[in-house]
Amino acid sequence: MAEDSADLLKLPLDALHLSLEGRMVPFAGYAMPVQYPLGVMNEHLWTRQHAGLFDVSHMGQLTLEGEGAAEWLESIAPGDFKALQPGRIRYSLLLADDGGILDDLMVTNSSHGFYLVVNGATKHDDIAHMRKSLPKGLTLTHMEGAALLALQGPEAVDVMKRLGVSPEFPGIPAIDELKFMQASPYLWQGVRLGISRSGYTGEDGYEISLDPQDAERFAKALLADASVKPIGLGARDSLRLEAGLPLYGHDLTPEIEPVEAGLAFAISKRRKTEGGFPGADRILKALLDGPARKRVGLKFDGRQPAREGADVFVGDAKVGVVTSGGFGPSVGAPVAMAYVDAAHAADGTALEVEVRGKRLAATVVPMPFWQKTYVR
Amino acid sequence: MRYYTEDHEWLEVSGSTATVGITDYAQGQLGDVVFVELPEAGRAVTKGKEAAVVESVKAASEVYAPVSGTVTEANAALEGTPDLVNSSPEADGWFFRLTLSDPSQLEGLMDEAAYKAFVDAL
Repeated sequence: MAEDSADLLKLPLDALHLSLEGRMVPFAGYAMPVQYPLGVMNEHLWTRQHAGLFDVSHMGQLTLEGEGAAEWLESIAPGDFKALQPGRIRYSLLLADDGGILDDLMVTNSSHGFYLVVNGATKHDDIAHMRKSLPKGLTLTHMEGAALLALQGPEAVDVMKRLGVSPEFPGIPAIDELKFMQASPYLWQGVRLGISRSGYTGEDGYEISLDPQDAERFAKALLADASVKPIGLGARDSLRLEAGLPLYGHDLTPEIEPVEAGLAFAISKRRKTEGGFPGADRILKALLDGPARKRVGLKFDGRQPAREGADVFVGDAKVGVVTSGGFGPSVGAPVAMAYVDAAHAADGTALEVEVRGKRLAATVVPMPFWQKTYVR
Repeated sequence: MRYYTEDHEWLEVSGSTATVGITDYAQGQLGDVVFVELPEAGRAVTKGKEAAVVESVKAASEVYAPVSGTVTEANAALEGTPDLVNSSPEADGWFFRLTLSDPSQLEGLMDEAAYKAFVDAL
């Protein structure tokens, strides 16, 4: 690891992470804090009870502008972007020609175009993929180096109110009145903040895009609030797992289409009727006939966690594989996501998961494992 | 007499019996322990080979046998309270006891002062 670390990119808040004694690990080409001295378990629980600050500046932030932007987006992803109102966000999927998932992303109508947030590990591939079909007249801009912070947890709204964040323009809701999956520009001490009420922890909260030059001052102001602690990648992973949210590269890959991933909601109603997105034939068939396998949640009898890659059995027959698994700190027990043959994917089905040669008794359960608290 | 390994295990040796656990430094590196898989009594373990697995929220890590021997007892308390490994790594959070099959293997291990210097240099 030491020899690789020289090649790793630094986050805009690198110095702050080090001063907070973050344990830095390579992730998506960046040196990122996996945890702070508080530890994964307590960082997770703190976020569920108070507010956690995450540096997610490794993620790709893009803008798309020009005539026909919505139409073009509909040619690469299955959302109804023509109907997406200004200030509204939609979760969507970048699809390969065969319907496989190239990435999952957030698409915001920013009034003068679209603002996209894609995964850090896939951002360069995503941009290359998009440029292949990008028509003349549309401008795709990678906001390279821009900072992205997430403030997540039930006290996030009070923290933002106390901080004195104000709408940039008349007509924009006060920060506490911004609803889940809405976004608007705000100001804090002259600093412009692109804020959305969203996140990937299953908690209420915000994601905040800002100039990297302002990121440390803003992050320090957040951390000065007694409700806020810095949270690393370890807890980010356990939080999203408990919330039943799939992680790209693990629970979503180019070999997986949206319906088996349980993401049919990301295919807008109009698009289900009209098609016209990559892999529409395969995806619409899976919608109609049901997929051959399904992403399901698993709970276990004991305390032993099953990790990614563990095989799932019914008797001697292998019927699936775990794609994310670990210990759920809020649930207080191991939790996992697995792809399982449709015949064995119904809630309540008894399965076995093999870990180091031993079979663990598991049961298919509905997700999320932990109830979300979004403010709609 | 207490011995330490470069893999951050400790052994408390009394006659031909050794109690094995992981050090305070090791538990700090692993983070919150949520599960420990221990060897059953009667199992023969070999120096340098996997003897136990310790799982944190995030990952599973193997624990290697610091010496060869036959396991006589595993710490049953870790079943219900695996966090003893975090709160009391070098006492109540012990992993297993074994009967040494080759006491000469102790010769290459560190004492407390040597282990402290080893950790300080990391």
